[in-house]
Amino acid sequence: MSPAATVQADASPAILIEGLRFRWRLDRPWVLDVPDFQLAMGERWLLAGPSGSGKSTLLALIAGIQRVREGRVAVLGHELTTLSGAARDRLRADRLGVIFQMFNLLPYLSVLENVLLPCQFSAARRNRAQAMAGSATTEARRLLAQLGLDAPGLERRPAAELSVGQQQRVAAARALIGQPELIIADEPTSALDADRRLDFVTLLQRECANAGAALLFVSHDRTLAEFFDRVVELPAINRIPMLG
Amino acid sequence: MAILTLAAKSLWNRRLTSALVVFAIALSVILLLGVERLRTQTRASFAHTLSDTDLIVGARGSPINLLLYSVFRIGDPTNNVDWSSYRTLAADPQVAWTVPLSLGDSHRGFRVLGTDRSYFAHYHYGRHQPLQLAEGREFEDLFDAVLGAEVAEQLGYQLGQSIVLAHGAGEVSFALHQDKPFRVVGILARTGTPVDRTVHVSLAGIEAIHADWQSGAPLPGVHLSPEQVRQLDLTPKTITAFLVGLKSKTAIFKMQRQINEFAAEPLLAILPGLTLQQLWSLMSLAENALLVVSGLVVLVSFTVMLAALLTGLNERRREMAILRAVGARPWQIFALVLGESLTLALAGAAGGLALLQGALLLAGSLLEARLGLTIAAWPPSVHELSLLAIVLACGLGAGLFPAWRAYRYSVADGMTIRI
Repeated sequence: MSPAATVQADASPAILIEGLRFRWRLDRPWVLDVPDFQLAMGERWLLAGPSGSGKSTLLALIAGIQRVREGRVAVLGHELTTLSGAARDRLRADRLGVIFQMFNLLPYLSVLENVLLPCQFSAARRNRAQAMAGSATTEARRLLAQLGLDAPGLERRPAAELSVGQQQRVAAARALIGQPELIIADEPTSALDADRRLDFVTLLQRECANAGAALLFVSHDRTLAEFFDRVVELPAINRIPMLG
Repeated sequence: MAILTLAAKSLWNRRLTSALVVFAIALSVILLLGVERLRTQTRASFAHTLSDTDLIVGARGSPINLLLYSVFRIGDPTNNVDWSSYRTLAADPQVAWTVPLSLGDSHRGFRVLGTDRSYFAHYHYGRHQPLQLAEGREFEDLFDAVLGAEVAEQLGYQLGQSIVLAHGAGEVSFALHQDKPFRVVGILARTGTPVDRTVHVSLAGIEAIHADWQSGAPLPGVHLSPEQVRQLDLTPKTITAFLVGLKSKTAIFKMQRQINEFAAEPLLAILPGLTLQQLWSLMSLAENALLVVSGLVVLVSFTVMLAALLTGLNERRREMAILRAVGARPWQIFALVLGESLTLALAGAAGGLALLQGALLLAGSLLEARLGLTIAAWPPSVHELSLLAIVLACGLGAGLFPAWRAYRYSVADGMTIRI
């Protein structure tokens, strides 16, 4: 990373997309055509859209798992187009938190080990967690407590034994550990019932605010709109009409 | 390191499948190392049986057969050597000593060897070790017997015990020399050779129990009591074979030729070491076949591992996606799956080695008793270690495919969770 890029990073948005077009293969139709999208640092947006509208693909591009071939995607000041696969993996490991719809946890690890997983793959995350609380484990426990998962003995239980709602909160703790600057959540509430859904969104909002992390929260559930700085409809930013 | 910990925990999570795979690999390793150990130890054991004998002489026939029946008590002689031929050759000026051997009788499954006292002086085994008496003395009287260590131990015999010899070499014989029992006067110290499983009597003793026999059956109407037999001339008419020690090693080939061209009857002289080599080259075909079979079993066990890993992989695409999302690189996913294969192969190899050692500790005495084989349990030989290394390499090789599949999945799926 050049010094110029670092300076630029400070002022740059969390996510900047310009003229992005994407298709899975050359002989397949385009699935994304996003002329312009920006999420500022520390902002928390709801990205709404029905399934099949390319949400997961967009998230995979932002997370740096899929390679951007046409257009520009910059995440936390880094141009993904010019980064190698390894550099994108590093960026994701160091500075992004990801929450899935369900089955977020490795079933063979305990709750605590699951939360600490990002620190296994990123020294930067581990160091920041240590700086926050003295040790990564203490930080993981703090996050679990913040998310209401401080029942005695819970942290040592296998992740698979938890309820879906508890699993999602463990996933949130994992995404938040080591202060990532951008959290991407792909329908994290769709497997939860209505009460749990509101609880989860409130908790996630609060923790992102505490950590100063930007949040891109994808959901088709617009009842959650009131909790976010802004609601963006994916069909409004993606010029490709919905598939199927 | 984080990846290896994950691999271990992931395997533990699937511990039933993992245990079965480890068990399959361990069994194949037991077979592979067992065959190898049996092979080398059999050779060592055979090579250990006879020492310091320059030539073995018997009736003309197959050299390997002569070696087997005269030294290892395996198989039966086709013909005998005339006593006069034996006396003539034993008197040759190049000959330092001879030991006559007369086989054909047995006692409860153990071979009976008729010989003379030169046997105790000149039969050497291992590294020039002579036979030693653990108890009692060498045979002197006509009906004295000296037991090998294993005979005494298995049958629980002690000095003074009266034993009846049977005609023929089978475990069960209907033709017993019941009228002329022998008395145990000595028990030899353990040698780890067929000597342990032999009952030794004098040549005259063998002659005595057959005095009223002809063509392998008692003569009808003729019965000689032990006292009557003592009055007879008990010089044997024939013997089975004899061992020869020469005054000078340089005379071996000359003496061998001289015996092979012996005019009075067709004889065969062999060099024990050389004939043993012939035996091994004959056996190597079977040994190699065994090695190939056990190698195939190793391949089968790794196919089992491959099947288990590949079946698991599809269910684990979610796990790969999670790992990718928290920052794992595709090569780390590759290393995770490869690490699992390596762990399984290591556990299987170690388990197989441990089980083999345990089995040898338990069954070692049985093998020694039944086959006269001493199989050392520890340490594994360099050759065995290299076989283990090949097993691990196979594990690694077999692991490459699922690891590559996982790598491809993790690149193709990205963070998309497919269920």
